[in-house]
Amino acid sequence: MTMLPRPEDRSGRKLGLVIDLDTCVGCHACVIACKGWNDQAYGAPLSDSDPYGDAPSGSFLNRVHSYEVAPDPQAGPGPPSGPPPDLRGGQTPTRHVHFPKSCLHCDDAPCVPVCPTGASYKRAEDGIVLVNEDACIGCGLCAWACPYGAREMDPSAGVMKKCTLCVDRIYNETLPEEDREPACVRTCPAKARHFGDLGDPGSAVSQLVEDRGGVALMPELGAAPVNRYLPPRERDTWAGETDVLAPWLEPVAEEPQGFLGWLDRTLGKL
Amino acid sequence: MNPAKSLISFTTLSGLGFGLLFWLGVDPSPPTGWIAAVFFVIAFALTLGGLASSALHLRRPERALRAFTQWRSSWLSREAWLAVAALMASGAHGLALTLGAPILPLGWLAALLALGTVGATAMIYTQLRTVPRWHHWSTPVLFLALALTGGALLSGRIVIASVLLAALAVLQVWVWHDGDKRFARSGTTLGTATGLGSQGTPRALFPPHTGDNYLLSEMVHVVGRRHARKLRVIAILLMSLIPIVLLQLPMPHVFGLIALVSHVVGVLVSRWLFFAEAEHVVGLYYGRR
Ligand code: SF4
Ligand code: SF4
Repeated sequence: MTMLPRPEDRSGRKLGLVIDLDTCVGCHACVIACKGWNDQAYGAPLSDSDPYGDAPSGSFLNRVHSYEVAPDPQAGPGPPSGPPPDLRGGQTPTRHVHFPKSCLHCDDAPCVPVCPTGASYKRAEDGIVLVNEDACIGCGLCAWACPYGAREMDPSAGVMKKCTLCVDRIYNETLPEEDREPACVRTCPAKARHFGDLGDPGSAVSQLVEDRGGVALMPELGAAPVNRYLPPRERDTWAGETDVLAPWLEPVAEEPQGFLGWLDRTLGKL
Repeated sequence: MNPAKSLISFTTLSGLGFGLLFWLGVDPSPPTGWIAAVFFVIAFALTLGGLASSALHLRRPERALRAFTQWRSSWLSREAWLAVAALMASGAHGLALTLGAPILPLGWLAALLALGTVGATAMIYTQLRTVPRWHHWSTPVLFLALALTGGALLSGRIVIASVLLAALAVLQVWVWHDGDKRFARSGTTLGTATGLGSQGTPRALFPPHTGDNYLLSEMVHVVGRRHARKLRVIAILLMSLIPIVLLQLPMPHVFGLIALVSHVVGVLVSRWLFFAEAEHVVGLYYGRR
């Protein structure tokens, strides 16, 4: 049934990810780990089309974008409804931020009620949003309804694919304890991805969100995403960060001496 | 959004067909006998042709019947039910007329269901907050106006059609004008999409993949928008202005037919623009709209 679970039916658990934009180094290991797990796990294998040809394409459940953030010294660049602008004095250099993105397992997931077949659903017990691929007709409407680009049509199976939060790992008792988390989280070499229950204010992930001021993406669209993003931490200013060797690299002679000095003075008089 | 041929022909043809069924349903002195049969065959050919075209859009059409299950939450499912109900009521109404025994209340029911189907189709697009240009009350109004106008033309209602064509021109121009501002008005920017807006002005530096993908080809379709202005002029001329003039000429059968052809081609262009000009917020992540 593609009605979202009613509030009274929900367990209160909200499994999701917390992604640290400060520590993500943009290595794309999570992309590969996700693809690797999901082309042999839950549902139809996550396929590619024309992988070695002229126009390679394929379905992925997690992708890493890269952005440049130019500090804005004057105006508040934030949205009217968003957090107040933090301009940091306009002193920081332009920054490069890697931005991993997968399904945010939204509380009020707009992708679910639009589904005509009942294939898309949100689980009452842990909030995970899944697709029953045997019922999906591949109409693509759910992907249109998702603000975050988290759903992609499988090019060969013709059914909708999305992040399952590795539902076949996190509860899988045949795996060693330390592997019972999403493949992307398990593989991240920078520990930029954290998995846990965001419905429990005492959980490690909720604490992290609180300590670091974690934000929701596009809150104005009302999807109420569960995943949170930790903004990049404040950096020092240019002045402190140019280079530790800088003092030794100052020009030794500010004024030209000897013949060059004479030349400089003479030419200056002309 | 990708202006898929299957969706353009589906929404255009079924809109025309259901518009014709509406006028046949509300007609107080409807045609009977074989004239009625011809009208209903045309309407059914358009609606069924449109619905068949919509099935081409599905990647797994063999499971299409499942789309009837989620009418409680899904406009796509409601559209499926309404289409079937409208066709059944209209079929019965058409049969009664052909046999020369009109049952007017049956026609009213058929007319209501026909409009409901067009409205449900429009709501599939209107409900999407991710496409600010569509997420507006004017989307169902435009779809209904197009269906009513096309239906009036098809059923030879010259005066009503002329008035509707003029109203349609005004509505369409306003929808384009206002639609151009809706993305900005929605307040969604790359800053809110990434949460980085509080730190400055983000700019897409490089995309997550070098090739194409489903998101880009389906939702970040920007090809051909360059010609949008010209196409708007062409659409409004063909869809409204030329048919209005043609309808005022003598020999309604000849010029009425040309007006109809012109209108349908214009609606196809307008529907192409409806999809091609619609910007999905996911384009922001790629630094595009
Ligand atoms: S991120 Fe997209 S696919 Fe995931 S729950 Fe939210 S709307 Fe649905
Ligand atoms: S593509 Fe599949 S899961 Fe998505 S809305 Fe259509 S039927 Fe439902």
